[in-house]
Amino acid sequence: MSLPFLLEIGTEEIPDWMIPGALESLRGQLESMGIDARMDATPRRLTARAQDLPERLPDTEERVTGPRKSAGEKALEGFARKQGVTPADLQLEAEYYTYLRKTPGRKMIDILADSLPGIILKIAFPKTMYWTGKAGPRFIRPIRWIVALLGGDVIRFELAGVRSGNETSGHRRLSRDRKGAVPVTIENYEQQLRDNFVILSAAERRKKIEDGIAALNVRLKPDPSLLETLVYLTEYPTPIVGEFDSRFLKLPKEVLITVMRHHQKYFSVEDESGHLAPRFVAVMNTSGDPEGLVRRGNERVLRARFNDARFFWQTDQSKKLADRVDDLAHVTFQAKLGSYLEKTRRVADLVQDLGGDEHARRAAFLAKCDLTTELVKEFTELQGVVGGLYARAQGEPEEVWHAIYDHYKPVSMEDSIPRSRTGQLVSLADKLDTLRECFRIGMAPTGSRDPFGLRRAAQGIVKILVEGKVNGPSSHLLGDIVRPQLKEFFAERVKFYFRDVKNFAYDEINAAMAAGWDDLIDLQGRLRRLQTIRPTPDFEPLAASFKRIKNILRQAEFTGGLFDPALLEPGPESDLFAEINRTAGQPIEDRIGALRPKVDLFFDKVLVNAPDPAIRANRLAMLHNVLEQFRTFADFSEIVTNS
Amino acid sequence: MQSFQEIIFGLKQYWAERGCIIQEPYDVEVGAGTMCPETFLRVLGPKPYRVAYVQPSRRPADGRYGENPNRLYKHSQLQVILKPSPNDVIEQYLGSLEAVGIDLAKHDIKFEEDNWEAPTLGAWGVGWQVMLDGLEITQFTYFQQCGGIDLDVVPAELTYGLERLAAFLQVKDSVYDIEWAPGFTYGDVRLQDEVQFSVYNFEMAEVDTLWKLFALYEGEAARLLALYPKSTQKSRFPLLPAYDQVLKCSNLFNTLDSRGAISVTERVGVIQRVRKLAVGVAQAWADQQRTAQ
Repeated sequence: MSLPFLLEIGTEEIPDWMIPGALESLRGQLESMGIDARMDATPRRLTARAQDLPERLPDTEERVTGPRKSAGEKALEGFARKQGVTPADLQLEAEYYTYLRKTPGRKMIDILADSLPGIILKIAFPKTMYWTGKAGPRFIRPIRWIVALLGGDVIRFELAGVRSGNETSGHRRLSRDRKGAVPVTIENYEQQLRDNFVILSAAERRKKIEDGIAALNVRLKPDPSLLETLVYLTEYPTPIVGEFDSRFLKLPKEVLITVMRHHQKYFSVEDESGHLAPRFVAVMNTSGDPEGLVRRGNERVLRARFNDARFFWQTDQSKKLADRVDDLAHVTFQAKLGSYLEKTRRVADLVQDLGGDEHARRAAFLAKCDLTTELVKEFTELQGVVGGLYARAQGEPEEVWHAIYDHYKPVSMEDSIPRSRTGQLVSLADKLDTLRECFRIGMAPTGSRDPFGLRRAAQGIVKILVEGKVNGPSSHLLGDIVRPQLKEFFAERVKFYFRDVKNFAYDEINAAMAAGWDDLIDLQGRLRRLQTIRPTPDFEPLAASFKRIKNILRQAEFTGGLFDPALLEPGPESDLFAEINRTAGQPIEDRIGALRPKVDLFFDKVLVNAPDPAIRANRLAMLHNVLEQFRTFADFSEIVTNS
Repeated sequence: MQSFQEIIFGLKQYWAERGCIIQEPYDVEVGAGTMCPETFLRVLGPKPYRVAYVQPSRRPADGRYGENPNRLYKHSQLQVILKPSPNDVIEQYLGSLEAVGIDLAKHDIKFEEDNWEAPTLGAWGVGWQVMLDGLEITQFTYFQQCGGIDLDVVPAELTYGLERLAAFLQVKDSVYDIEWAPGFTYGDVRLQDEVQFSVYNFEMAEVDTLWKLFALYEGEAARLLALYPKSTQKSRFPLLPAYDQVLKCSNLFNTLDSRGAISVTERVGVIQRVRKLAVGVAQAWADQQRTAQ
């Protein structure tokens, strides 16, 4: 007989962003027990449901070998006793007494009762707490109830003082039973929750929000990640629309949107022409707002927030960015690395080294000044943007304010790079400075620990160099600042970028980078060509031959030697040399097809390790020359071939 | 409509009915109710405790000369400590909102992750900011560590922002318009403080004098802490007075900071100095409590 299974871990509100990961962790653990569970969650519950669990595991048999036939009576009796039987129950098999031990399969309900507490406590969360006392269990938030059912029976266990049962809990305020005791069966579980204003399925909550918004007849700025947050922040989501005074629209839209999105979790609304409209959409965790109380409450909060922002915007204007540079002495960049004033000076010098003009220098000089403004102290996520907006208001040239505005970009691999060359140089200089300074004091990232976001910074540098087509070799950028450790770190970021962002194959990246990666534009060009010639029929065989050449040279401990054409034998050897000469200077794409048959023939017919040392040395020198001719393009021996 | 003081009466009454001692505000200046000995020291050790008190909390850098409708140099927190935290602590908390007249069936309440950390106290916990119709009205924290010590018993700390709650209930856009008592607004009672302390903290506080005071209080706290281990009568050793000196240091640090008098290099160092004292008191206190048993 097979049985359905339900586990609901009832908790206090779990941080929304941790929920999908927790479900995956729980699902994986159940899977390793052979339970293929369907997962659901709200902020207050993690739920696993499965069908067709066996009522008990199959019986097992095991043949246990006992004493030899020749052993005495005593030994025989001892063995039988140990198995809990009499000697009559033993069989004689090939000189040994044996016993066929039959173990009845355990009942699934017992297995689950034993294993579920451990499984629950092993759910991975980024941060956990204890609540029953110092030695108590750890979880993301206190566990308050557990529903554990197999078929019609409760799987009985106790965890953190909570006994498993068949009672769930509805919405905190809309549930019919406020004490939370809502009895369920596996069959009516989801419906019982729904009747008590809990929508179990995240997909359904998402749809309820989307449908609700559609019915409000507003045009939203799409924001999938905010939507996801709200799906996991609510058990019964209902969107409402609110308004704000259109006079606030005089504030920069960046500020308004940040207040709405980051601080209030509201969607912004657009008008017909795509401009910000004086409205917002909030998502409640309740069924409705018939009296408009919630709407008015949210409107008041937003008004206060916008008033604050306007107040900060106005007071900040009383001191120009340029007059704030010295104040940066009071803003810590990093405890060991001093203040942002020192950083500003370094970055301003660096941007000049990178070829930045007066505008770039000016932007670098002002870029961090917004850290001393009230607006950025309040809305730290707007650093850079606010500086740019202030620079514009204070009459700085467009080149300068754009560069300040953009200089944190790209903040992710999906983000765009700064729009102007000036902005790109300021961003490069800022990030390079962070990297080199942190490496200088030994703060390189380790494992998952990267508190200064150095990987992201290096990734940003790569993206700007490539996508901004910043001229000049990266060694100039990295230049004498490069310590071996930083160079290696940076190489990893270059690889990551071309592999994960640009989707090149890893062996092509290794091959192309082995030929140098000073100039990332050039590297990208070679990667594209390599990607194009890779599928051509002659390429991989030639690559395999190159690998062979490299091995031969290594085994021969070849360190160099003059090549003398006069020593060539007629036939394949001379032919290969002729083909090398004939195609010299042609594009790689043309040479591959031409060289491949000659190389093949050479290896077929010619013995590199010729008895005559002079001839052998000459052959090695020629092969070395072949490799050298491709050396600035790629090291083909890095290509992983099927042969 | 309930006045500011009636809201406070209501909350105190509610928590008194749930076994809380109703304390008066601590009489040394603090930046938050958490810093009062009633919280900072009482959460240590295994003894159960329940207390509620209003604590005026001073944050010199937040002063706005009384010109900003929502920002105050000194705001009032209602601090509730439930040690150990009861299983239905959230239900009890929601009940307190209903007790002061909020019909939660008609409002939107959300618990959004917000973990609390006070580096100068060696303290942290996990919890939420409680959002009522988009307004943060309470900070809810399960303490995990205090004075660098893992807590034996986990308390729940509820910190209500009383001005916000009152402005919500009275539907006021400015805290200064809140009715404190019939015939008196919050502005009538508090505006002068806001103006004068803003002037002092931002413009007139004598930096050298504040540094001298800091050094004096720090010295006194350190002197006492150094004596404690050698004390032969630990149970009567004055750790509470030592902690008062630490609170003085903390407030002086905040004032110096708002005055713009602390440079980068100093800043980290000064925080470390205060932390060292706070952690020192907490550890001595935990020891004293064990000895006294």
